[in-house]
Amino acid sequence: MLSKNEIFETIQMIQNQNLDVRTITLSLSLLDCVCDSVEKTCDKIYDKITSRAEKLVKTGNDLAAEYGIPIVNKRVSVTPASLVGSACGGYVKIAKALDRAAKTVGIDFLGGYSALVSKGITAREREFIDSIPEAIASTEKVCSSVNVGSSKHGINMDAVALMGQKIKRLSELTAKSGGSGCAKLVVFCNAVEDNPFMAGAFSGVSEGDGIINVGVSGPGVVQSAIERAGNVNLTELAEIIKKTAFKITRAGQLIGTEAAKRLGCEFGIVDLSLAPTPKVGDSVAHILEAMGLDSVGAPGTTACLAMLNDAVKKGGVMASSSVGGLSGAFIPVSEDIGMINAVKKGALGLEKLEAMTAVCSVGLDMIAIPGSTSAHTISAIIADECAIGMINNKTTAVRIIPAPDKDVGDEVEFGGLLGTAPVMSVNAYSPQAFIERGGRIPAPIHSNKN
Amino acid sequence: MKAIVTVIGEDKKGIIAAVSGELLKLNANVEDISQTLMGGNFVMMMMVDVSESDEIGAIGEKLSVLGKKIGVDIRIQHEDIFNSMHRI
Repeated sequence: MLSKNEIFETIQMIQNQNLDVRTITLSLSLLDCVCDSVEKTCDKIYDKITSRAEKLVKTGNDLAAEYGIPIVNKRVSVTPASLVGSACGGYVKIAKALDRAAKTVGIDFLGGYSALVSKGITAREREFIDSIPEAIASTEKVCSSVNVGSSKHGINMDAVALMGQKIKRLSELTAKSGGSGCAKLVVFCNAVEDNPFMAGAFSGVSEGDGIINVGVSGPGVVQSAIERAGNVNLTELAEIIKKTAFKITRAGQLIGTEAAKRLGCEFGIVDLSLAPTPKVGDSVAHILEAMGLDSVGAPGTTACLAMLNDAVKKGGVMASSSVGGLSGAFIPVSEDIGMINAVKKGALGLEKLEAMTAVCSVGLDMIAIPGSTSAHTISAIIADECAIGMINNKTTAVRIIPAPDKDVGDEVEFGGLLGTAPVMSVNAYSPQAFIERGGRIPAPIHSNKN
Repeated sequence: MKAIVTVIGEDKKGIIAAVSGELLKLNANVEDISQTLMGGNFVMMMMVDVSESDEIGAIGEKLSVLGKKIGVDIRIQHEDIFNSMHRI
């Protein structure tokens, strides 16, 4: 029999500490939609998504009501569109078909307008990358990602150079909303195939068809547990974080397996990432501050984050039959009230954020920079982040927003879960000659590590 | 199927009567009940069998309406959410 305290603890987590299931994401293969006419391809894509994901939103809402835990997002991820359109081209039409399907089934976002070009780029993939700004600017629900590097292949610097230009162009096309299109475009190194989180979710080619992947959340729950623990040492604190992560993950595992059963799908993975929102009491930065930092960004931030990230994984791994996705604390700036405040008061800069990404998922995320920043500089920021991922065998990413006509000290409001981004300062020295070299940074040696 | 009903709010007369009356109307059988005062708040937890009732979501909506009427927060949740979080 459950004890009163256990029941009360769960109620508190949900009611006061913002525990929720951040997303249930249905992963669909669109390889069976490939054909040589773009119109036919679009029809097949629309039919497949609207039939397979028809009950996703209702199932999510039913589960939320039955188990009393909010399920914030219902999403779909699909096979990288660059592959689906490889026989016919016409990628913007494909993006619009994906968007129509997403709207018909009522999901929050659809991910998979993606390409995997860590080693080389085919002519079609080049056409696809060129289409990204228009495709994302002319759709609402579609999210895009491009994998430009990996520990196995190195970093495709031609793709990195291209992505700097595409991010700039997308920002210009969505200038009216502060360049918000760039919030739906992420550049990866070591992208994972079963990620349920946006903007980087896609259904990898080694995945099956009709898989439910779940992303849990609960920074507020971890923060409260740390605050309740009081003055304990870090060994004890790590144990407290592990136990809390276990409980959070079990909730995700339950919802994921139940959703899969009701939708006639296979259960895939639980992603153990702590995902913040701009709400008070839902911040990863505030966890780090509860651990003993005056402000996130202070010396010690990287160490605190490393311990937090590791403890969350250790607790979560035992709670789930299958762990995957990105599985690490997210540190997006605009989506975390603690990060926003730290940037505003000058405690946190781009360089410290870059160091933090070496010990946690997933990279420089939701960062606004001056609109005047050059494409070369954006590409070089991407290259730096990819280098961290490539050398350390981990996923890293860049989701950066050059905010049109804005400069350091200004703010960009994106609304909803995307939050508010203070425009951050970028080192003014130019990496242009480095980026213009092109070619590939070779894959690193995997022994003699130091 | 078992569910947990939790009632939290300011203490006043008749809360147990109102909640159990509503559960009777909804054909839910109360199997265990515990009630206490925590920091001046009335806290009640009930284990109910809802095998012969509506879906938990539908029961939840009705209990929520009752909660608003009598000024307390009433929730019903499938027991598995608690079992999975607190039992290995």
